[in-house]
Amino acid sequence: MTGNPPTVTVVRFPGSLDHDAAVLAAVQTRIVSAALVHHRDTELPAGTIAVVLPGGFSYGDHLRCGAIASRAPIMGAVRRFAAEGGRVLGICNGFQILCEAGLLPGVLRPNRTLSFVCRQVALEVDDAGTGWSGDLPPGARLSIPIKNHDGAWFGDPAEGRVVFRYDETNPTGSHERVAGIANLDGNVLGMMPHPECACDPLVGSDDGRTIFDALVQSAVRAEVA
Amino acid sequence: MSRVVVTVMPRAETLDPQGQAVAGALHQLGFDDLGDVRIGKRIVLEIDGDDPVGQAHAMCDRLLVNRLIEDYEVETA
Repeated sequence: MTGNPPTVTVVRFPGSLDHDAAVLAAVQTRIVSAALVHHRDTELPAGTIAVVLPGGFSYGDHLRCGAIASRAPIMGAVRRFAAEGGRVLGICNGFQILCEAGLLPGVLRPNRTLSFVCRQVALEVDDAGTGWSGDLPPGARLSIPIKNHDGAWFGDPAEGRVVFRYDETNPTGSHERVAGIANLDGNVLGMMPHPECACDPLVGSDDGRTIFDALVQSAVRAEVA
Repeated sequence: MSRVVVTVMPRAETLDPQGQAVAGALHQLGFDDLGDVRIGKRIVLEIDGDDPVGQAHAMCDRLLVNRLIEDYEVETA
């Protein structure tokens, strides 16, 4: 490890709205610091142990959701970080960006209903071996909100590892109820639900903490190893 | 400067909810002969250089098209 404090780096794209700030608040713990990096930067801050691409509507969803952001200068550094095994989490628009960047399989398409869906959803843990769901066993349930228009994942689940599925209501109409999928190595995860919006019982659920705690723990563990 | 037109369409095997919504509305308006509706986009590029069509294909490959869900055609206008 370098002399820099272990840092979870959050990428700010034009149109990240306030999701980047919410993620910063969610990952700030006693053992790591959190930093913002600009989409035009070409390097991640020294000490980066994990990267989060937050939600939002980068570049107004022009062309295809996530398409333009996935070619932003910072994505070269994110790609290198992921290739070295670094943990990368994409939330909502961040998930769309990772798919468009080819770091995750598939693509996010408009919801089956063509509606913007904003509500609390029940998620089921599927592949618990990736480290993204902490100590939760397969089948465990989490309550986390979604808020998206292009949330229907489409692709071949066998090209990745399905970490979270929606319950049978599948509000987006995603293929095989996929709500979050990791790459085959397991170090890159994209998920449509917003764990940063479920970090306080005051907002109805703090199940999102599980994901950020797991992110920090697995990133610190990887750093020490 | 050449004008190159790229037409991007959802792949035949993928669901096109936008096209379905429009088909539903057209049926409601009484267009009973209507079958399927698919909605794509047309991108008009003005390109300098010796090989505008080749450049347009490269642009489709790098950014303009996601081959997982979209097909495209390139024409010179």
